[in-house]
Amino acid sequence: MKPVIGLEVHIELKTNSKMFCECKADYFGEKPNSITCPVCLGLPGALPVPNKKAIEWCVMLGLALNCKIPLFSKFDRKNYFYPDLPKGYQISQYDQPFAINGSLKIKDQKSKIKTIRIRRVHMEEDTGKLIHEGDSSLIDFNRSGVPLVEIVTEPDFETAEEVKIYLKKLQQIVRYLEISDADMEKGQMRLEPNISIRGSKKPYKVEVKNINSFNFVEKAINYELKRQQEIIEKGDTPVQETRGWDEKKNQTVSQRTKEEASDYRYFPEPDIPPIRWTTTEISDLKEKLPELPDKKLKRFEKEYKLSSYDNEILTRERPVADYFEEAVKVGKKHKVPPKQIANYLINRKPDIEEVLPAQLIQKIIQSSTVAKIDEKELDKIINEVKKNNEKAVLDYKNGKEQAMMFLVGQVMKQFKEKIDANLVKEKIKEKI
Amino acid sequence: MKFNNLTIKTALEGLRKKEFSSVDLVNWCFAEIDKKNKELNAFITVDKKGALEQAKLADQKIKDGADLPLLGIPIALKDIFLTKGLRTTAGSKVLDNYIPQYDATVVRKLKDAGAVIVGKTNLDAWAHGSSGENSDFGPTKNPFNEKYVPGGSSSGSAVAVASNLSLAATGTDTGGSIRLPASFCNVVGLKPTYGRVSRYGIIAMSSSMDSIGHFTKNVEDSELLLSITSGKDPMDATTINHASSKKPDQRLRIGILEEYRATFETDNAYIKAIDILEKNLRAEIITVTLPHQEYAIECYYVIQPSEVSSNLARYDGIRYGNDRTAFGDEAIRRIMLGTFTLSSGYYDAYYKKAMKVRTLIKKDFDDAFKKVDAIIAPVSPTPPWKFGEKINEPLKMYLSDVFTVPANLAGIPGLSIPVGFTKNTLPIGMQILGPHFAEKTLFAIGKSYEEATREEAWRKILPKL
Repeated sequence: MKPVIGLEVHIELKTNSKMFCECKADYFGEKPNSITCPVCLGLPGALPVPNKKAIEWCVMLGLALNCKIPLFSKFDRKNYFYPDLPKGYQISQYDQPFAINGSLKIKDQKSKIKTIRIRRVHMEEDTGKLIHEGDSSLIDFNRSGVPLVEIVTEPDFETAEEVKIYLKKLQQIVRYLEISDADMEKGQMRLEPNISIRGSKKPYKVEVKNINSFNFVEKAINYELKRQQEIIEKGDTPVQETRGWDEKKNQTVSQRTKEEASDYRYFPEPDIPPIRWTTTEISDLKEKLPELPDKKLKRFEKEYKLSSYDNEILTRERPVADYFEEAVKVGKKHKVPPKQIANYLINRKPDIEEVLPAQLIQKIIQSSTVAKIDEKELDKIINEVKKNNEKAVLDYKNGKEQAMMFLVGQVMKQFKEKIDANLVKEKIKEKI
Repeated sequence: MKFNNLTIKTALEGLRKKEFSSVDLVNWCFAEIDKKNKELNAFITVDKKGALEQAKLADQKIKDGADLPLLGIPIALKDIFLTKGLRTTAGSKVLDNYIPQYDATVVRKLKDAGAVIVGKTNLDAWAHGSSGENSDFGPTKNPFNEKYVPGGSSSGSAVAVASNLSLAATGTDTGGSIRLPASFCNVVGLKPTYGRVSRYGIIAMSSSMDSIGHFTKNVEDSELLLSITSGKDPMDATTINHASSKKPDQRLRIGILEEYRATFETDNAYIKAIDILEKNLRAEIITVTLPHQEYAIECYYVIQPSEVSSNLARYDGIRYGNDRTAFGDEAIRRIMLGTFTLSSGYYDAYYKKAMKVRTLIKKDFDDAFKKVDAIIAPVSPTPPWKFGEKINEPLKMYLSDVFTVPANLAGIPGLSIPVGFTKNTLPIGMQILGPHFAEKTLFAIGKSYEEATREEAWRKILPKL
């Protein structure tokens, strides 16, 4: 019985304006219904005009996920009724999305590499938001029409852990592209896993909606796998349905059963002419792609000879990586090696918004300037420390490396100035 | 001064020469409306107060020497064009009390050009219909004989111009809704190329075919109005800036169609018009064929209701006052038809197939326009019919659009011009169709036809009302 898991991820783009109108796209913390217009309110006569930047970003994400970009694409109407959908249809993409057939490589904790196939990346608009207060439901249309990209994978995941690794990587790529902050708490990244177990009598699929953290997605998948397994072991088939994650109960709960797929009556959006790309336009967008995390990591390994741990941390976020490389450039002039910069960045975590790379190098130089010390005095102090910490000395002799660090610390404490820890270490070693 | 013979052009001259003021013109319109509208039912809403304010402002501007192309000219709007602060119903009780928050792009352009909006004209609800009988506000009457339909769906606009309630009026043409009433009311009606005039702020019927045009007393006025309403609109992604293709310099080649067979009187008027164009325009008359025309109505009645079913979804009773029970029979019929044709399992057999046929119909025109510069054809297979004759037989009603829908499927422009009357004094119209963006050619043909027939006896026939 093999778990079969696929993922749909929605990501809100941080364009200046909404997908089909000029309203501001950043609605966070705004007074309800304060950023709306005839278009995103779906008023009679209003027409959508697509946001070019959003479309380009969608294609760039497709390219970053190794997708094919068809030269012909179009928008479609997805017709359904819901109070947060003022037009009675959502403008989305049905059979000819902007990007198809991509892939993303993930590395699990055992460093095993697995390829997750990306089925499609398409563009759509977000809906309004329902707020339930007491007996009444209120609608806030500030979110209506915010550009939303949907990334759909093939059902290639087998564990919740793989899903989590994929999501982190996807989030990292999106942030590298600077097309979204993909902040889960603000609802900028929303996850919908579909989960089933191969081996049931009848095929089925359970979709879990409204998950807003990587940890919950992990818990939800594990909960579902266990629940479904138990049903199948009894000889039954789990119900095909949509479930939600209940944070308080720590379990998934049934929302609506899907006996058959809903009929959205998709048809081509007549208000928006189809999009025809030239190969040059696509290659220009490809040019615009920044260096992506995997590539950056490889280059860091080659260029800076750091530990893989350092490389991983430094390339996790693009601003940090860029900052590090700036600092390395300055450091070169002052003979501060990349390793020292990496250590300082990772251990001391300076505010890279505040401290300029050049200032950072100055700080590193200051902190590492070793005061000249009197050899005789050092000898004296080492001897004292040895005498007062016999157990630590013994531990070190028995192979406990941490004991040495403790001894070095004890010695250095006796000096007002900063002294070279390596020198102290060597001296202690000599004397033990 | 006789206002009855005024066109936009002559009214502008009169205003400039101070023979009368914009307030005079507007007051005259309202006097005519007061006199005739009770019988004709051409207007759903009349905006006397607003119009007089605009007219006063226009007169002040004229005094100040402002030079605006429509300064002081009274114009009526089909009640499907949104007007900020002025009720817009789409002819449906669903929007009985709907006050729009913004002006349609065309309305703004007309206002900016100095036009004075006198009111909102009657129409088949949601522009669904060919007779005007589907209006929830009662049918508009044909001013030449009140027992006959004025054509639809832009009934009120055609009648307003025919009966001198306004100097011009706007309309929408999705399957013939401008050309048909123009031909039934003895006025000029233009359906521009799809994409030439913005649809923003006009309540959508079938978005891929809705064309925004107008009714005028002559072709010259039609051309003037188009110069104001047309052009790329940043609010409508389907609009483009396109200069009118020039009227060809060499001898015009005009195509006639064997496929289009109308009643004896309509055919006769059509044949006479062919002769006139051949003689006076020295046009070469060439018979062309549009082999897929016979599927046009079927194709249209799949695509159009599909889009209608989606476009009307927003009137769900949550936001616009009245709920769905206020929809009339024809709207319900189209919503159901469209919902069905888009449903999974039926989509391929209906919608997708219709889209393929649409491509073939477009290609028919492309091929024809390789041989000719324009095509002339009757607008309707019959002259106006009596009220009640077709209203209970939707398919019969749909077939009255058989000569007009092909242009909408293909997105090409069509100009409907009067060419005479039946024995019973009911108007007959002819349409001139051209390639995309060839409105100039249509106007040239229309004008030369007007020129050649200026002195004909039927030109003197006036509406009873």
